[in-house]
Order: sequence, then C-alpha cells, then structure tokens
Amino acid sequence: MATDITKLGVKVNWQDLTEGMVIAGAGTSKDFNTGEWSTAKPQFIEEKCKQCLLCVPVCPDSSIPVKDKKRLAFDYDHCKGCGICVKACPFGAITMEGVK
Amino acid sequence: MSYNFKETMNKPERLAPGHRMCAGCGGTIAVRNVLRGLHEGDKAVIGNATGCLEVSTFTYPYTAWEDSYIHNAFENAGATMSGVEGAYKALKRKGKLDETYKFITFGGDGGTYDIGMQSLSGAMERNHDMVYVCYDNGAYMNTGIQRSSATPMYADTTTTPVGTKSNGKPQNRKDLASVIAAHDVPYVAQTTFVQNFKDLHIKAEKAIYTPGAAFLNIMAPCPRGWRYNTPDIMEICRLGVETCYWPLFEVVEGKWILNYEPKKKLPVEDFLRPQGRFKHLFKKGNEYLLEAFQKEVDRRWEELLFRCSR
Amino acid sequence: MAKRDRLSGNEAVAIALRQINPDVFPAFPITPSTEIPQYFASFVANGQVDTEFIPVESEHSSMSAAIGAEAAGARSLTATSSCGLAYMWEELYIAASNRLPLALALVNRALSGPININCDHSDSMGARDAGWIQIYAENNQEAYDNMVQAYRIAEHKDVRLPIMICQDGFITSHAVENIELLDDADVKGFVGEYEPENYLLNPECPMAVGPYSITDYYMEAKRNQAEGMKNAGRVVLEVAKEFAQISGREYGLFEEYCMEDAERAVVIIGSAAGTTKDAIDRLRAQGEKVGMVKIRLYRPFPAEEIAGALKNVKAVAIMDRAEGYTNHGGPLGADVMAALYRARANAFAVNYVYGLGGRDVRVEDVESIYADLKQVIEDGDAGETYRYLGIRE
Repeated sequence: MATDITKLGVKVNWQDLTEGMVIAGAGTSKDFNTGEWSTAKPQFIEEKCKQCLLCVPVCPDSSIPVKDKKRLAFDYDHCKGCGICVKACPFGAITMEGVK
Repeated sequence: MSYNFKETMNKPERLAPGHRMCAGCGGTIAVRNVLRGLHEGDKAVIGNATGCLEVSTFTYPYTAWEDSYIHNAFENAGATMSGVEGAYKALKRKGKLDETYKFITFGGDGGTYDIGMQSLSGAMERNHDMVYVCYDNGAYMNTGIQRSSATPMYADTTTTPVGTKSNGKPQNRKDLASVIAAHDVPYVAQTTFVQNFKDLHIKAEKAIYTPGAAFLNIMAPCPRGWRYNTPDIMEICRLGVETCYWPLFEVVEGKWILNYEPKKKLPVEDFLRPQGRFKHLFKKGNEYLLEAFQKEVDRRWEELLFRCSR
Repeated sequence: MAKRDRLSGNEAVAIALRQINPDVFPAFPITPSTEIPQYFASFVANGQVDTEFIPVESEHSSMSAAIGAEAAGARSLTATSSCGLAYMWEELYIAASNRLPLALALVNRALSGPININCDHSDSMGARDAGWIQIYAENNQEAYDNMVQAYRIAEHKDVRLPIMICQDGFITSHAVENIELLDDADVKGFVGEYEPENYLLNPECPMAVGPYSITDYYMEAKRNQAEGMKNAGRVVLEVAKEFAQISGREYGLFEEYCMEDAERAVVIIGSAAGTTKDAIDRLRAQGEKVGMVKIRLYRPFPAEEIAGALKNVKAVAIMDRAEGYTNHGGPLGADVMAALYRARANAFAVNYVYGLGGRDVRVEDVESIYADLKQVIEDGDAGETYRYLGIRE
C-alpha cells in the first residue's frame, strides 16, 4: 500500500516514520512546490503555438504537461523558470523576461 | 526502431516534477528522455549513484520517480543493480513474479568514471541485463564543481583552479565509452541533446531492450559548473557535436558505428567560448592552449573515424 | 531424520545455506571464508538450489548487490572475512538503516596490517556499532545451527535488521568435527518464505529506498532503527525455543558454564570457550569454584542478563580477541564493565586481550587467568585491568 506522505511532515515522531525510510508508491515529489524558487516564469502564448512539442523534452522539471499529443499550460507549481523552453520554441510562442 | 516524436512526447512522464535539481539542469533532461525509451506497460527499477540527481529526486518523503527506485551509495550503483537484476532472475525462476521489469541505473561522471568504476566494470563484465546511464557533466557538481576524470583539459574547477601557475585541469578526459566497449558488452553508445532527441531516444530504447549489459554516456551540461547562459543548453550540446568534441556513436556487438558526421566540423573554440570554465583560454597569450585543445579533439575524432571505418 | 556427519564449519554453514535455498548470493573470495561460496557454487552447478549466485568483483560489491537483491524482495546473503568486511563497512550501515534482513556468514579473521589470515575478532568487533545483529559460535554445530536460525530472527516483523553469523577462522571454519544436520524439509519448514511488505519488484506498488534525509528526520530515523534492535533479544530467544523443538538443541543469549556457585568467571566469545570449559573441568576437579559466560548474542548486547549471571562472582576476566586501542582494553571489556557498573556489581573486573592473529589459546593459558583472578581477590585489588594474555615481553 502506498505511503501517505502527508503524515510525514518534519514534525513527525520517530514511531511514525516509515520502516527503513522507504516510500511505497511513486511520484510523491509532486507535493513539493519548486515553483516558488523563481519569480521569472515563461509565458505561453497559445495563439502562436503550433503544438510541435519541441519544448516538452527540454524541460528539466517535467513542467510542460502533454495530453492527447498537445501541450497544456505551464505547471507553475514546479517550473523553476530556467528559460530553456523559450529558446526551444521555433514560433515565439514562449516568452520570458530576460530571455531573448 | 523508428522515432515518432509526438508519440514519444505523449508518453506518460516517468520523472515527476517537484525534484530539487537546479533550474536548467541537464541531468534531469537526460533522465526524462532516457525513461521515454521504456515501452508503456513495462515496469522498471531505477538505480542511482549518490550525486545531485539522488539527493534531489528522493529527499524524504518526496520521490520524483514513478518507478521503483534504489539509491545505495556513491561508488556501487553498478553492483547494487546487479543484485536487483539477480533478484529478478531468482524470483522469476522460482515462479514468484510474472511481470517484465527493466533495470536502468543513473550515475554522474563522478559516480561512474571515478569512484564507481570498479563496480560498473564488474556489472558490465558479468553482463547483467541492465542499462547504466552516465549523465556526464564533467565534474563533481554535487560537492561544488571539483574535477573528475571526465573533466575536459583546461577546465577551471574548484580543485583545478586557474591561477598564475595553473591553466586549469592539466590532464585530458578519460574516454569511458571506449573503456566500457572494451568490456565486450552488447551495446555502448554516446549521445547528447540534439536532433530533437531522436539520437538519444533511439539509443535509450536500444540500450533498454538489448539483452545483457548496455552503457549510455550522455553529455548533460551543468549551467553552474560550466558557467554558460542557462537557457542556452541546447545550443551548447549542438556545438559539442558540431565541433566533434562530443561525437555521436554506438558500439553494437563490438562494431563501432558513427551516427553523425558534421558537414563542416566547427573549431572547438565555438564550443568552449560560451562557457565560463574556459574563459582563460581566450586571454591573449593563451592561444597555444586552444591549439592544444583542438589537437586533442582532432586526434580523438580521427581515432573514432578509424574505428568506425573498420 | 537428523543425520550425523563430519564437517568443517564452512561446509556446515554451506549446507545450512543449501537447505535454506536463498534467492540471491553475491560473493567474493577471502580466506578463510572462501569455502562457503565455493561449496555453494557447486550446489548451484549441480542444481541442488535455484539461487542466483553472483560472483562479484569485490566485497564492497557483494554487500552492495546483496542490499539491492534484498530490497528487490529476494532473500539474500553474502560471506566474508577480515578485510572483506572492512571493505564493506559503509554498506553494513546502509543495509541496517534500510532495515534489510539479509545475512552475512562471517568467518572471523584478523584485520591487516600486518596482513594475517588467522582468527581474531577484530573484523566483526569493528562492525559492532553498524546496526547488525551479531551471533557467535563456539564450534561447528553452533555455526550450523545459528545459520539455520538467522533469517527467522532477521526477518521477524519486530526486528527487520541484517544479521551476522560469526565463527572463528580456521579454528572452526576448517577444523572437521562431528555434527548433527537437520533434515532438509525441517529446515525449509522452519525458515519459511520471505514475504516483505514493500519491495522493489512488487508489481502492485513501486517503492523508493535510500532517501536523502534532512536533519529534521535523521535522528528520528535512527531512533526508529534502534527499536528493531531493542526487540531482537526477545526474538532471538523465541526463535531458539522453536529451533529446540526441531533439533533438540537449546540456545540462549549466552551460555553459562558452571556458574551456579562460581566465584571467579571468564566472559568469552567464540571457539576459545571450548578451551575454557576444559580448564574449568580441570580446576573444578581440584575443587575450585570457577565458571564461564560464553556470549552468543553480542549485538544487541544483553547487558542486564549478563550482569545477572555475574552477580555472585568475586572476580571476572573479560576476554577480548580484538584490540580496542582505548588504553583500557577491548570492546567486550567495555560492554561487560558498563553492564556490571549499571547493575552496581561489586566484582573485580579485568580485561584481557588474547588470541590475536590466530595466537593459540591453551588450557594452561586459561588456567593462568583463573589464577590471576584468585590473586586479585586475595589482593582486594584488580591491579592492571588492561592485560595481554601470553604476550612475549
């Protein structure tokens, strides 16, 4: 059974930690917000997007979700604003302050 | 193996967001695109040497991995996965497991070229059915940019600092892909982030689905350690390939195959110039260093061409 | 039907492993433990087990692979000695902190340098704080019996810790003795199946193991781990009780020999306990009230129980087959003296370092210790408490 990580905050007692510090389950990092690391964020200009998806594989933070072969809005809860996607877009559909 | 870009991008994500790698990290770009080489429905166990990737992707209780994951220590990712793969064989033999699992281990160049070399060599020689992926950023980045045997000559690192009597790292980098190829494993390949990840994807899929041991060496730039403008990572990788600093090749059952030859080989200074770690090479009077660097790139490129021509 | 046979300690342990039929056995040779994987490799080659045997390139890798296999959901183990154990040091801590109940068949040998292949306990004594259960054997029979009991202790849900089954290099590992083997089916039934709750190859639910832990969690994680060790003593006794039912052989946390009315006692670990028994038999025949406590379970350390066993003695000699370089004696000395202090014991206690690098321990040597203890009692003073037995000077 998957571990309920909401019970494993930093104030947890020793008795309630998982045995061997294992986490059963997967992808629990989604609960951790890395979006607040930066203020500059890429902006998605949907009208200009041709859905070529070239921005998807370059994202180090898995923050450009894809559904039915179409990219969705940026996941700002996790995007760290590195700006790589801005450069990857051939159509000027992504802009970000400070990135040309 | 064909490459349908949109189909590939449409695959479920196997590295979740919320990990704590730096903004613009090349390591996680490598990981995401290697994991897309797994066929949907196949399960995997991911191994990991200690390093940036490990401390950032499994910080208790947050795991970024959508598959089973094991980190043991710095120097033993190869041996650890040997045990996992051994367990798979044993449990299958004993009729305790039906599902298909694949085994992929990630290590940085520190955990791969250096401290983990023995463990990796053992795992490769025993030909466990696993892929070892080195995301090579050419220094110990997790501890703060110390030189490794993957660090290129003249790079300014915190243990090979440039000074009045130092031009950075004095030695050439180790050619690890050749070392692993000499283990006579079924599949070895070198790649990076170019051609819309076609080269990387095809090699990842081959590595994962070739029975026996496979090794992938992926140049994965580190914006902090290399000191380039973070958004430019794809351009840095392109220049690495176009200058023949980082050639794309594979060794299949001992046969060397060149996957890409630039129409016009660019001078290596095009690759070096955008990187702060090589800034000193462009000072007046240091032209001879650039020449020496170019000479080494040429020598290795010619050697590769020779191997691939046989 | 139990079967009598003449076997070396290594062969006896290898046979126990054949009967257990573990899932994964990564191994690297080192004298004097080499024979265990050798015998086992022949069982694999002849189809007597269906274990995945992985001949790795070092001891660091044998323990690393055993950890990987155990985390994956396979019952695993390795075997080693001396520098091999030292080389896997880091991994010992990781196995324990991950709560992986794998086993290690340790054949005790001196640590380098100078390099020496013979018995002492410096290898396992150095690993005493790694979070492993440590059980020691006096003879080949005990080495076999302890191996059969190992997984039942380690895998118990209240314990879930790795276990080190120790025997003395060459003295028991290579010497051939008459021993009694259990039926294969009895061992299989006794050991049972390994059924972990979470494991890497669980198709129902993936698992992540080996996290980075920030300071907020680390200390609680260590306390959580300590709980397994707290429960281990009780489980060792429970398993021993069940083992007695299939074998007729009884085990405790330690063995008391002639302790009922003993005024002088020796506390010792391993094969030299046999020599000590001979010395006691001789001295008892002369009317001397001497006895011995032979430690079986060293980690966790049964401090209260040992202090209880020593409560009526006037003087005790604690025997360390390892140096501690504390200037006060060895690790067993420190543990027993701390136990006596906490129990407010009045006995004089002296600590001997003995038998290093295979130095022979004769019955006369042990008799000299009891003579020393007699002198201590007469003097009303322990004198030098950090002593060497049989050193040329």
